[in-house]
Amino acid sequence: MGDFLSTWLALTFNGIAFGMILFLISSGLTVTLGVMRLVNLSHCGFAMIGGYIAMAAVDYLGFGLLASIPVALLGTMVIAAIIERTLFQWTYGITELGQILMTFGLTLVMVALCNIIFGPLLHALPVPNWLTGNFQGGGIVISVYRCFLIVISGLIAVGIWYVVERTDFGARLRASVDNPRMARCAGINVRQIFSLTFTVGCGLAAVGGVLGTQMLPLEPFYALDYLILTLIVVATGGLGSLKGSFCAALLIGVIDTWGRYILPAGGGFVMYAIVLVVLLARPQGLFARA
Amino acid sequence: MATVSTGARPVSANIRNAFAAHRVNLVDIGIWVVAIGAYFVVPTYLSLGTTVLIMILFTLSLDLAVGYGGIDTLGQGAFYGLGGYAAAFWALNVTGEPISGLVVGAVVAGLLGLITGPIILRTRGLTLIMITLAITSMLHEFAVTAKSITGGDDGLTGYHILPVLGLFHFDIYFRTAYFYCLAVLAVAFVVARIAVNSPFGLTVRGIRENPMRMRLLGVRTRNRLIGLFTLSGAMAGVAGALTAQVTGLIGVDTLTFLVSGNALIGLILGGFGRLYGAFLGAALFYIFSDRAAAINPFHWLLGLGILLILAVRFMPNGLTGLAEQFRVFRDRRGAGLDRGGA
Amino acid sequence: MSETSGAALEISGLYKNFGALKVTQDVSLALQPGARHALIGPNGAGKTTLVNQITGVIKPDKGTIRLFGNDITGATPERRVALGVVRTFQIISLFLRLTVAENIGLAIAASLKLDAKPWGSLRDDDRVVEGVAELLDRLGLTSVARRKVSELGYGQRRLVEIALALALKPKVLLLDEPAAGVSSRDLGLLLEILSRLPKEIAVLVIEHDMSLVFRFAQRITVLVGGAKLVEGTVDEVRNNQQVRDVYLGRRGNV
Repeated sequence: MGDFLSTWLALTFNGIAFGMILFLISSGLTVTLGVMRLVNLSHCGFAMIGGYIAMAAVDYLGFGLLASIPVALLGTMVIAAIIERTLFQWTYGITELGQILMTFGLTLVMVALCNIIFGPLLHALPVPNWLTGNFQGGGIVISVYRCFLIVISGLIAVGIWYVVERTDFGARLRASVDNPRMARCAGINVRQIFSLTFTVGCGLAAVGGVLGTQMLPLEPFYALDYLILTLIVVATGGLGSLKGSFCAALLIGVIDTWGRYILPAGGGFVMYAIVLVVLLARPQGLFARA
Repeated sequence: MATVSTGARPVSANIRNAFAAHRVNLVDIGIWVVAIGAYFVVPTYLSLGTTVLIMILFTLSLDLAVGYGGIDTLGQGAFYGLGGYAAAFWALNVTGEPISGLVVGAVVAGLLGLITGPIILRTRGLTLIMITLAITSMLHEFAVTAKSITGGDDGLTGYHILPVLGLFHFDIYFRTAYFYCLAVLAVAFVVARIAVNSPFGLTVRGIRENPMRMRLLGVRTRNRLIGLFTLSGAMAGVAGALTAQVTGLIGVDTLTFLVSGNALIGLILGGFGRLYGAFLGAALFYIFSDRAAAINPFHWLLGLGILLILAVRFMPNGLTGLAEQFRVFRDRRGAGLDRGGA
Repeated sequence: MSETSGAALEISGLYKNFGALKVTQDVSLALQPGARHALIGPNGAGKTTLVNQITGVIKPDKGTIRLFGNDITGATPERRVALGVVRTFQIISLFLRLTVAENIGLAIAASLKLDAKPWGSLRDDDRVVEGVAELLDRLGLTSVARRKVSELGYGQRRLVEIALALALKPKVLLLDEPAAGVSSRDLGLLLEILSRLPKEIAVLVIEHDMSLVFRFAQRITVLVGGAKLVEGTVDEVRNNQQVRDVYLGRRGNV
């Protein structure tokens, strides 16, 4: 019985760690969708770019994992800002289907370039020595790194919460998500808020990409492989709702991890079924904007 | 109260022409000439040609749903795969007779559309897309897991398809397969054309334009869309059945969103909502992807990505849309200045 | 007071609240067949909400709606259209990328229950084509039959809206601000068309344009703050002091 319990606890723990990474990656997407109604299929690509920049820092500059995070963050944010100023101008005002196709095209470009530059093999970023190993206690085995992940992601989530709920910028962001037209009338520069939020969102995705390589290894198709998962998190949680993303990410992370343990081959089935039920019951997502 | 009738015949003709209809014209004939001609001109590429024909059929089915009905679905692969598995099953367990296999594929896929349609079509936009993705993914996972029924990752194979109409044997050069698929495509095209030109077709286009207004005309819009969705699904199922029959194998890679994605790319190239946009776009896409991917798949992806971005930006109505714009432009120029409204 | 027996449309004691906002308060109204009735009132008086309840888009909290004596309070919007309750929209709502003829053709097909036929073609159906021709002619739209609605000017789109409504063979026609945004040149045409509406139809017009109201309506209901202030003939309403104070002009001239 104790063995069974410890397995389930370990699974839940791993599921939470996975979910935290998913949250980091999806947080930017839910805001993008919420504020500008832009269906951005390339969002996972920025997580991938972040991961690869970190890998370049580790391989060529000798940085450690933690030192590579700011490099990846900055690099990705610069790239995101450039793309937003140029390519994304073309996505405003076209149909949803058009946005899907265009951002999908961007994703393919990212995939191809990453393969050309970094090659097709899988990569995971090396875990620093002081984070390797496991905690053992009471028959439960938990990886130190995953603990670290959960703590760091939790801190970042708290930081996001603080900015969104307690700062001036956050208030303007929330107004833009709730009602962009009214926000504009109230003098809020919605375009600027979007640009900033988009860039930061891609930065967060990059951090998720860097931290999560143990569970989501880097390879050129990363941008496509985890796209569905990210979209599911956002759609289930509710577009524009960070709280929704957080809950949906954890829920899906845990369910997916359990599902794959019970049914290694078709474990995703359970997750998709639950997502289906949620979306049918509440098409706007769990925490939709009113 | 008397209605002013200025000579019924001429007025009626003017108004009849105000209704869009897919007329048979040079392009239609040209397509079939090319298709038949290919058989003679490039006999060593018939395997590729057969794939292209099947994919045109698949893309056509997607055009019905997306281009005419405005149903943004990424789940067309579900119908395709389901139709394929059904036909393979039929050949394995009942009979290798091909035409009945097609019917089975169409019916099973159509049933999926009929069952999931009422559920799916309650939603719109991103939610609709996500739900179609979820259903496709569920079918995929099921196919991978239920090895005893579906063969799991290996897929279903080892069935023998009997000669078409008892006369035409399937050979390794894909000669029979090519004309078999061509004939099926022709029939499907005729069906699609009839549907699109019919009152139902116009109603569906109206629903795409303005669903609320359509409801306030007293039309049960959801039922119409379900009907369209079912037809589109059945057609995709036939495409899947064809694949299973002519290649002798059906696998889980048919149940992915990439399959639908490829068809969407074909439509953006060819043009939505114009039946032969599917022909042009799918042919271009699949021929190129076959050739280019063989050379260097990642360069192909890069080119495709750039092409997609440019296509959406500069020709959102595809090549057929461009052609139409050019024709309209030329007509307007010829007819002199346009009279303004009001 | 008109007898409510034989009324084409009868609303009794309608109430609707949106939260704390009382949008419709105890509104009763009866339209006889052939009525030419106008509903006026300041902005926010709840006129459009009332029409939405009549067409079934919004459910009233209390009260009944009867069509020729039959209770339709719970009927779906589609059902009401089939029964003959038709409206036009204040904000024009048409099928923009379809042609004018197709727009009207769709409405006729819907009324003839042809919309689901998956073979044949509307253009080959004489009933449809002649119906379209007749309506185009009646509204002066024949010259633009082949144009897409998106290419038309505002005034002509208004006319297409009305054609759409007429194509549905209404028994009760609700026109929501038909003169809104219409140029003075087209206004005359609009009035002429309104005057030529079939005599049997009960017509309710919501309007702000008083010149149209006074030239069109036989009876007027004034709605203020969701409740009926006054109802009567054109002259009665015109001379009513309350109405003048609230609505027709505070400048105090005769």
